[in-house]
Amino acid sequence: MDFITDLANILLGGLSAGTVLFIVSVGLSVTMGLMGFVNLAHGSFAMFGGYVIVLAMNRAHIDFAAALALGFVATAALSVILEQTLYRRLYRAGELDQVLFTIGLIFIFIAATVLAVGPESQTLQLPPALGGQLNLGFMQYRTYSIFLIVVGFVIVLGIWLAFERTRIGAQIRATVDNRRMAESLGINVNRLFTITFAFGSGMAAIGGGLGAEFLGLDPQYALKYLVYFLIAVSVGGLGNVIGVYCASLLLGVLDFALKLYLPKGGTIFIYALTILLLLWRPQGLFGRKET
Amino acid sequence: MTVGTSAAETAPVTGPIDHPAARVLLQRHYVRWWETLPWIAAIIFYFAYPDYLGFGSELLITILFALSLDLALGYAGIITLGHAAFFGTGAYTVGMLSFYGIWTEPITSLLLAALVAAIVGLLSGLVLLRTRGLTLLMLTICTMALLQEGANMARAYTGGFDGLPSLTIDPVFGRFEFNPLFANTQYLFSLAVLLVCFVFVRTLVYSPFGQSLTGIRENLLRMHAVGSPVRRRLIVCYTISAALAGIAGGLWAQTNAFVNLSAFDLDRSAAVLIILILGGYGRLYGAFVGAVAYLALEHFLARFYPTAWQLGLGLLLVFIALFARNGILGLGEVLWRRYASRRAAS
Repeated sequence: MDFITDLANILLGGLSAGTVLFIVSVGLSVTMGLMGFVNLAHGSFAMFGGYVIVLAMNRAHIDFAAALALGFVATAALSVILEQTLYRRLYRAGELDQVLFTIGLIFIFIAATVLAVGPESQTLQLPPALGGQLNLGFMQYRTYSIFLIVVGFVIVLGIWLAFERTRIGAQIRATVDNRRMAESLGINVNRLFTITFAFGSGMAAIGGGLGAEFLGLDPQYALKYLVYFLIAVSVGGLGNVIGVYCASLLLGVLDFALKLYLPKGGTIFIYALTILLLLWRPQGLFGRKET
Repeated sequence: MTVGTSAAETAPVTGPIDHPAARVLLQRHYVRWWETLPWIAAIIFYFAYPDYLGFGSELLITILFALSLDLALGYAGIITLGHAAFFGTGAYTVGMLSFYGIWTEPITSLLLAALVAAIVGLLSGLVLLRTRGLTLLMLTICTMALLQEGANMARAYTGGFDGLPSLTIDPVFGRFEFNPLFANTQYLFSLAVLLVCFVFVRTLVYSPFGQSLTGIRENLLRMHAVGSPVRRRLIVCYTISAALAGIAGGLWAQTNAFVNLSAFDLDRSAAVLIILILGGYGRLYGAFVGAVAYLALEHFLARFYPTAWQLGLGLLLVFIALFARNGILGLGEVLWRRYASRRAAS
């Protein structure tokens, strides 16, 4: 019975953590796939959004759902401004310039957060409906984790439908596959990129808010989890929503399992696995091979 | 081997040897008068600021580390965010040899540090350099994180999170005491190591090997087309770069008399990348200019206004990426050319 409980703990905890990872990383995957832009500052948008959401709840006493919406809108707006003024200039630049630029943005976000809010970590008060335990029949588990898993599933379904069934989704897929060809066919790639960038950053904000309860929220957030976001994206494959979803869940479950069975330094296996996996399939576990 | 032979091999001789282009190619590896300036400045620093020699050693080590990155990134164009992997390997090699009393002679321990770091560089280079772009960037970060976690896990040997404190290092040449109390020995020793490594790197980049690295950076496809063994060159370059970073790490462990996990930090990799870009990459002296500018600013600003320092650093990086892609030296070059052309016009 103990083993079953452990397994359920690992699966449910890992899936909920993985869901948050997915919500944050999905935008990064799509924007990188579209433009090949190495945006290391993506986590900063998650952090910014998380702060907006948590501060709106703690200081202005807005309820959770409204705060999430506010975070989405605020972060999307900020990202559009940055995209139009700064990112745009570096689309054709080398990878190195993009890396430097986005590292610079991370530092700016961190320092600005310390100056504006302070260096202390922020706590998220869950609404009472999500706070308690839920009876799953065979065991009790935290309602919030179940809620996250369900929300993640709804989101991935929504994004997948948008990708497969809408015109803009088709345009995104076409551009990820072959940008030059898509441009020749009259797809406005720049506009497409602005839209997906804003949407992806908004999603990152929601991820930051939803994850704040167990990942914490402090000014170092953008740098602390950067490696995890990048692993999720590179394992999942660029521009591949389902791939990133699977990779994130896998990463979450693996992380939980290792923490339980190898509390000291279990993360070493995550790095080792990532290296082996990327050597085996440089395009990611679920990515399609470049032609 | 000089550049003259490589130029003659790669380009057919169409005109007399005193053609301006031929002259530039023949003379580009000559030592210019201004190349002595950093070393003169280092000697002046030694006599002028005896109280700051500890800081001076740190500066010299950072220059060496940035120089090693310049070889990989500036010349071969390998974009890495995991160079601290080799810095840490070198530091832990020296640290563990000294802590367990196996080997404490400073010069040979640096050579051992270089050897171990080179082995790690070779092994990781063999697998990493198959990939490019984001995957390569990810793999370099992962390798570094892997080594850091490894050092953290092997607590019994590496001291885990606390590291290895109070290392003893033998006197240099058996005569000059070597520990943090003798900052002048450390400074001069670091300076000598840097000079040796610099002469090595300088010779290397002007050799046919170095020229082929530049070729790989500038046009990968063309280098494949002319039959250059691209992958082998990249791996060799990565290995040499790793060895130099290992020396820098070993020197860091020796001068601080301790090692800890911070040797493997992502912050360290990011900082050295920033230093190199700030100074200007692919031009040897960028490491010097960048390290001086960065450490001086950090030393005097970060202590009093850490947040403002981070904000300023961020703004500086964005500025460099957008407007000054060749760093301080690149800016200087542009200004100098403008001045020279104006003088020529009038």
